[in-house]
Amino acid sequence: MSQDSLLELACDMVKQAMAAGATAAEATLTEGDEFSATVRMREIESLKEAGSRGAGLRVLAGKRAGSAFTSDLSPEGIRQLVASALQLAAITMEDPHAGLPEPEELGALAGDLGLYCEDVAELEAARKIEMARETEAAALDFDPRITNSEGASFDSHAGRHIFANSLGFAGAYRTSYCSLHTIPLARDGDSMERDYWFSMARGLGGLEPPAEIGRTAARRALRRLGAVKVETQRVPVVFEPRTARSLLDNIFEAVHGEAIYRQASFLAGKLGEKVASEALTVIDDGTLPGLFGTTPFDDEGVPSRRTVIIENGVLKSYLLNTYTARKLGMRTTGNASRGLAGNPGIGHGNLYIQKGDRPAGSIIASIRNGFYVTELLGFGVNIVTGDYSRGATGIWIRNGELAFPVSEVTIAGNLIEMLQAIEAIGSDLEFRGATAAPTLLVREMTVGGK
Amino acid sequence: MGLSQSFLASKFNISGRDLERYLGEALSRGGDYADLYFEHLSTSVISLDDSIVKSASQGVALGVGVRVIAGERTGYAYSDDLAPEAILKAARVAACIAAGPAQIVKTPLEDGPRRDLYPAPVAPTERAFTERVELVRRADLAARRYDPRVYQVQATYADSLRHVLVATSEGSVTADRQPMTRLSVSALARGADGTLQRGYSGGGGRVGLEFFIAKPPEYFAGEAARQAVVQLDAVEAPAGETTVVLGPGWPGILLHEAVGHGLEADFNRKGTSAFSGRIGDRVASPVCTVVDDGTIPNRRGSLNVDDEGAPTARNVLIEGGVLRGYLQDRLSSRIMKAAQTGNGRRESYQHFPMPRMTNTFLLAGESDPEEIVRSVPRGLYCVNFAGGQVDITSGNFVFSASESYLIEDGRLTRPVRNATLIGNGPEALRYVSMVGNDLKLDEGIGICGKEGQSVPVGVGIPTIRIDRMTVGGTS
Repeated sequence: MSQDSLLELACDMVKQAMAAGATAAEATLTEGDEFSATVRMREIESLKEAGSRGAGLRVLAGKRAGSAFTSDLSPEGIRQLVASALQLAAITMEDPHAGLPEPEELGALAGDLGLYCEDVAELEAARKIEMARETEAAALDFDPRITNSEGASFDSHAGRHIFANSLGFAGAYRTSYCSLHTIPLARDGDSMERDYWFSMARGLGGLEPPAEIGRTAARRALRRLGAVKVETQRVPVVFEPRTARSLLDNIFEAVHGEAIYRQASFLAGKLGEKVASEALTVIDDGTLPGLFGTTPFDDEGVPSRRTVIIENGVLKSYLLNTYTARKLGMRTTGNASRGLAGNPGIGHGNLYIQKGDRPAGSIIASIRNGFYVTELLGFGVNIVTGDYSRGATGIWIRNGELAFPVSEVTIAGNLIEMLQAIEAIGSDLEFRGATAAPTLLVREMTVGGK
Repeated sequence: MGLSQSFLASKFNISGRDLERYLGEALSRGGDYADLYFEHLSTSVISLDDSIVKSASQGVALGVGVRVIAGERTGYAYSDDLAPEAILKAARVAACIAAGPAQIVKTPLEDGPRRDLYPAPVAPTERAFTERVELVRRADLAARRYDPRVYQVQATYADSLRHVLVATSEGSVTADRQPMTRLSVSALARGADGTLQRGYSGGGGRVGLEFFIAKPPEYFAGEAARQAVVQLDAVEAPAGETTVVLGPGWPGILLHEAVGHGLEADFNRKGTSAFSGRIGDRVASPVCTVVDDGTIPNRRGSLNVDDEGAPTARNVLIEGGVLRGYLQDRLSSRIMKAAQTGNGRRESYQHFPMPRMTNTFLLAGESDPEEIVRSVPRGLYCVNFAGGQVDITSGNFVFSASESYLIEDGRLTRPVRNATLIGNGPEALRYVSMVGNDLKLDEGIGICGKEGQSVPVGVGIPTIRIDRMTVGGTS
């Protein structure tokens, strides 16, 4: 369907809901085409191509909410959708804070945000397969110890997102996405290890050259060969950018409006307090052109914005949607995020740690005995208490140098202390997705091993 | 069930001739095999927090996936429109993986196996919403009544009814009706010193609301509240290698991570798993027999037929410590020249199938569970876990204990804070020295993720003693 007819349909869904007795309504439509090609051991392994669409409707009957979704956008499908949502609004309970944003909060960023590139959809399948092939080949050809592979894939997606509500907001935007990734296996004697590398962008021009992605993946797998388990000890821990990003995910969960009002976060009630080292500044910015966390408006029709979460170690803001903001007596930060069903949740825009001035090499060089973490395993982070315990793989640091690979160990601590103990921040910030972090040094954590 | 009993076929007027035509189109450019997976999934979710039922949603997802296999290649396309021209278009797209003369579909299509492991006479989705709302309200009340230190409760009820129809170019057509119900409760507790802790519990299966008569919401709510309150007094977990005793039930997640994923046939035919080429090798102590069984009535991980239309089975993966077999789907079994095991599963019509677990557990042994704890001078007793992950190539896996206790001189002493346990798949089970006689399956909340696809699974284990495992604590 064209963007105009989708917009018209969304507005019509809202109108039908209001006519059927809703006191407020929000309609979401999504439409997208996906493509995926996987090459393994230089042969095509799979090709997938398809399009789909869906509609979601949330209604309020006074202070009660109900929602429904469907993939059937026919007039009959939409009529049923409206009836379903209203049926559910009759069984939920009154929630004094339920409602749409204030009318003056609604709006969209103007101008081209660089979220859609024609070239992704235009590129023929054969060339996409070829790029995946080149990516894997570069890994396989890099070193004789790269003996196997889980393949390389080219994935792309192009879609539209439409949102309308009963306060008169109606907006639409188009996005595109493409990515290349590969997972080579390295083998030396009994040691077998894999690692991956990837590149993703809104358009083909933003992708790293396939050969470079393949070689980086191969280097990463090779450096893990012969990994050993170390003794249990307390040492400085360096998170490379890929694992440092996961700390950002933890911070996001801890400033998430729902965790805050439920008092289910170690950062709840700490606004204005120093919660981290002075070196740490964390920003969420949904306005940066071309990036993956950028949108003209959030999923309630509020413009995306830049929010400083932690500034020089001081907690400045939570991330909120309309509901959590009302619960807390605050204003939305434009971070509403939702699927087709249920009440709006919270998402981040481009969430990043501001880069420091130290090259990663100089951070490593400053450590006599420590652990450089390149991969984390598992879900051992408790946002309520801050307790942190995860499986880790990486390289041991000896006298300022990356000395030997380490695996089958854990790193443990508590986020409350870990954030305060960030001693150095690298200058190597780059966006590879909607979160980005430079190299980070945490003064001391427990490495669990032998 | 076959075509004549299929909800999808009758609702959308799909005949055997139609299926043959779509399969013919899928094989129009050659290929060894094609299949169609029709899916109609209705779901509802009700959630409560702050003692308010804040959200209720329902919806239907509908579509068909078309797959063509040519040698080791897979072509896949799907459509959320069941009009003949839309399905034929998807079939033509999937057909592009092959390049050769058209292949013949075996006709007429014959009905696949018929059995019903989960009859749920009234599907949960067909019950009145008010009955389902009552479950989350009761859970909230019960968790708050459990202990005055409980200050926040979230309860979520979710159910679904999935109808599938799988037709293959080898001439079979199989239908299934798959109900699913799940209630989960999360409780937060605050101690006198301001300490906060969370507890989590839940359960369900391929059952209707009658499930909650024997296992009422109060049971799960009490369990979530109990865990939160117990954790208020938790001390730091030990760091490093120690003896670990796993309690029965949900700690079976150990098997899911340590061996289950590594035994999925796709990794093994490609030689990327730490278990590749090791059939017949000793990979666990002689007291370990691990089974994956998709045929247990009413269980969350069970299926009458897998998502390729093959009957599920009870498959022995490790017998007396020796590796016996892999979990197969159609593609891998054909390439490895092994029998299908009924483990070809997919998240939805938008995904192609791959080998996945169903209900994975360790068979009961002979030890008395209390005796197992008494045998440990110093170690950790873990009864609840928050999830796990594995790197199937190195074999390293983790699972995160959310409720555990120190064992000192054979007795449970203090609760300890959350800690991750780490091990290596082909090694970890060699250290299992005692297996209890108390095999228990989990309550029915497991979700397994692989390559972006989530499917419901079950796990189970009796009490076991592992002589050596690394615990990721801080003390």
